[in-house]
Amino acid sequence: MINTFIGNFGHMMTIVAFVTALVTAYAYIQYFRANELEKPSWRRFSRISFYIHGVSATLIAISLFEIIYNHRYEYFYAYSHSSKALPVHYMISSFWEGQEGAFILWIFWNVVLGAILINTNKFWEGPVMVVFALVQAFLVSMILGVVIGDLKIGSSPFILLRDATQAPIFQMNPDFVPEDGTGLNPLLQNIWMVIHPPTLFLGYASTLVPFAFLMGGLVMKRYSEWIRPALPWAIFSAMILGMGIIMGAYWAYVTLNFGGYWNWDPVENAVYVPWLILVAAIHTMITFKKSATALKTSIVLVILSFILVLYATFLTRSGILGDASVHSFTDLGLSGQLLIYLLFFALVAVVLSVRAWKNIPTSEKEASVYSREFWVFIGATTLGLMAFQVILPTSIPAWNAIVESFGGISNMAPPADQVEFYTKFQLWFAIALALLTAVGQFFWWQKMDKQTLKDTLVTPYIASVLLSAGIIVFTKVYDWKYIIVVLASTFTIVANSVILAKILKKSTFKLAGGSLAHIGLGMMLIGIMFSSGYSDVISINMSGLTYSNSWEDELNKEHVLLWINKPTQMKDYTVTYRGRQKKVVGVPEYVPAKILETTGLVNKSVALEDYKDYFQKGDTVNLVLEENDYFKIDYYKNEVLQFSLNPMSQFNAGMGGLISSPDSKIYFDKDLYTYVAAMNDYEDPDWKEAETYEVAPGEQFHVADFVTYFDGAEVLEELDGYVLQEGDVAVKAKLRILDYDVEKLLEPTFIIRNNQIGKIPVVDSELGIKVSLENILPEDNKFVFKVNQYQKDYVVMKAIVKPYINVLWVGTIIMLTGFSVAIFRRFDEFKKMRDKGLE
Amino acid sequence: MKKGHLIGIGIIAVAIVIIMTSIGDASSYESFNTALEMKKDGNDKPIHVVGQLKKDVAGEVTGLNVRDDKTSFTFVLVDNDGTEQEVFYNEPVPADFTRSESVVVIGQYKADDIFIADKILMKCPSKYQETDVQAAGM
Repeated sequence: MINTFIGNFGHMMTIVAFVTALVTAYAYIQYFRANELEKPSWRRFSRISFYIHGVSATLIAISLFEIIYNHRYEYFYAYSHSSKALPVHYMISSFWEGQEGAFILWIFWNVVLGAILINTNKFWEGPVMVVFALVQAFLVSMILGVVIGDLKIGSSPFILLRDATQAPIFQMNPDFVPEDGTGLNPLLQNIWMVIHPPTLFLGYASTLVPFAFLMGGLVMKRYSEWIRPALPWAIFSAMILGMGIIMGAYWAYVTLNFGGYWNWDPVENAVYVPWLILVAAIHTMITFKKSATALKTSIVLVILSFILVLYATFLTRSGILGDASVHSFTDLGLSGQLLIYLLFFALVAVVLSVRAWKNIPTSEKEASVYSREFWVFIGATTLGLMAFQVILPTSIPAWNAIVESFGGISNMAPPADQVEFYTKFQLWFAIALALLTAVGQFFWWQKMDKQTLKDTLVTPYIASVLLSAGIIVFTKVYDWKYIIVVLASTFTIVANSVILAKILKKSTFKLAGGSLAHIGLGMMLIGIMFSSGYSDVISINMSGLTYSNSWEDELNKEHVLLWINKPTQMKDYTVTYRGRQKKVVGVPEYVPAKILETTGLVNKSVALEDYKDYFQKGDTVNLVLEENDYFKIDYYKNEVLQFSLNPMSQFNAGMGGLISSPDSKIYFDKDLYTYVAAMNDYEDPDWKEAETYEVAPGEQFHVADFVTYFDGAEVLEELDGYVLQEGDVAVKAKLRILDYDVEKLLEPTFIIRNNQIGKIPVVDSELGIKVSLENILPEDNKFVFKVNQYQKDYVVMKAIVKPYINVLWVGTIIMLTGFSVAIFRRFDEFKKMRDKGLE
Repeated sequence: MKKGHLIGIGIIAVAIVIIMTSIGDASSYESFNTALEMKKDGNDKPIHVVGQLKKDVAGEVTGLNVRDDKTSFTFVLVDNDGTEQEVFYNEPVPADFTRSESVVVIGQYKADDIFIADKILMKCPSKYQETDVQAAGM
């Protein structure tokens, strides 16, 4: 049965949300224009309208989740983004896997932020909420799914599968509902993908707040007052956006197998750039609060950060990146709408700023080299150039599209080696930033001239040089570029620690945000430098093969082929692949896949053997996502097992192929990162021609390459799955096969009933052999075995050591703490002014 | 000259350097023929070639040749002009490689007869194919 109610309801709520967004915008404009007498009623009306909008937006989200949660595969969204096997927390990821869900998330966050702003602002409510409501109207239009003539506005997540596809099945049976969905992309089945998108979209959504205050300021001719309420939000936004980016990086590190956390992919760049600009904006805004300069710069930067978020959305979701990105976003035909959205706000912001430009106060005085304004300005410029350097090449596909839309031909492609290309610039910018933060903080907290500058800097300078020398010698950093990174980073860590100590001694922790964030930056730089610059592939060139062609010998082979049970030397370790495993509900460790047999029911298997105290032979066990295989890789040192890693891979037919995720051994000073790049497919083996062996009990012989002992046979009284009748004879042969340090027992069975022979062969997929007991020759006391061979199970694996990556994660946490401290301080300032009735 | 002007000139200078390197380091989309010409002209800058895997009459991918140690392989790519070229990739075969609709290889010619891919981007068939729905219904 097709349930159309929930979809219609969701669609109706979308229309309600769209209409109420427009009504709210109109009402707030009236409120803003109204005289004092009419204001209260307009305000009440606007708020009610916004709250209706909020409730309907929430109901959109609930309807969509209901569809996913109740497996309503008659809906395209549920069918293409979820499946029955998914646990609830991954259903949440399914929700925002599609772009429509992502837009709903964005809309929802804007509602939350709008409600907070209504309740924390007196003075700014009108103009700020006009901007909010307009943004909401644009966002809701993306999921509107309304067709007027040839014009399609938005892509609704509530369309039925039969309307979304032209599949022939629907012509035969329009009420057909698929049994199961195609599932969630395995890469997104990760706990970080449950929390990373909401964080990132909260970051996206919150860039609207400072922008809305700025627009309000420009309209109300309060050219400088908007800074105070906007500042805590700008810091909040930078913190959340930064956290979202880092979560994404961490997700990439633990789930994707490109061997790192940052790849300079267009999708990553598109969020990195607005973040840089936002951070620059915060700095100029703080400077303005302190010394009434840099107002115009702040205005430009706040507008840019908001527009760049829209540009990022446009780049990643319009399909324009095409071949340029490994992230495939399907083009939902929203590019035109996204472009209008972007251009509308860009135009409004530019017009309002230009109109107000000559009235915006500036300070004519040239900033002295010994002033903090000077250093902050240089810092903001550096951030701006960093952003420019990234956004320019990232936009190459957009550039090609523009040239082609005018009939030209442009075959420009993004740089072939993106990591090398971006690092070349960003490294030096980052060094400049580290030095600027160190020096800048001293200027910030005390008045400087030549002499005091020397006096204050000399101690941190010597301390950081000594510290760097220690780091360089101890960790063997011999590349001159990296030596400079270490020097600059330690300098900012030491200098900011000195400042931090002074602040804590003299005043309160509330002021410590800046120095904390900068210490975090220094640590992040060191962490990035070590983990990327000194990342060491230890699974390199081990095949021992030489190649006929000279060019191939020059290439490094960065993967290693591991046959099951065969120990292979890899740098300091001996590694052995031990077979596939599954995750079973209620069992804290991985369970060997060979003792589980699938039942055909989703996520249910039958145990073929007892497993410790967890389950017994014959029990039905619940698997956590049956498609997931965990490959057990044992690491030995001097023949002692050090640890095992279990990199994952998932075969997902619906998604088209295999996807694998790494597993890392985490040490205090490094990570050992391992992933499986290719593996054996033993589902449908291509058996080689059979070989037969005639063996007497007690004899030793070779099956394929394996040393095998025939320990004898026994007559069976009963047989699993067969009812033995009177006169039946069943014989089980016991073969012991040795494979390196593993001994396997294979027991092919032979049944005679009424002169008919039945054979039950044994297949060992790990060894890649099939053995059957063909015949028994009592006169010779010999048994005849038939053996088919395929190939042993194997994995192709890559292992990388990433030194000091924890310094990066710790630095991130310190930086985010710094941001949080700053948010509280700035919000406090705003609240005090507001409660005095000044704003 | 005022300090502000100096800084302004500095910013413009850095911006110009950025623009020039972005253009200079940008790769380009080529066909195998133009790529080979570039190599013969001594230009070994990595370029992008878009193409499809060579398929036999039955629609099966042919020419895929995995090395013994399974850590690298060669395949035949047909570019948009119809030129066939053997391409070497120094990585294990990506999981859904043979299913891909189109393949972008980024790299250059090392010898005249073989193209070395440093990176491969694959466009896989959209997962919402009509046949999928049908299969799910069977």
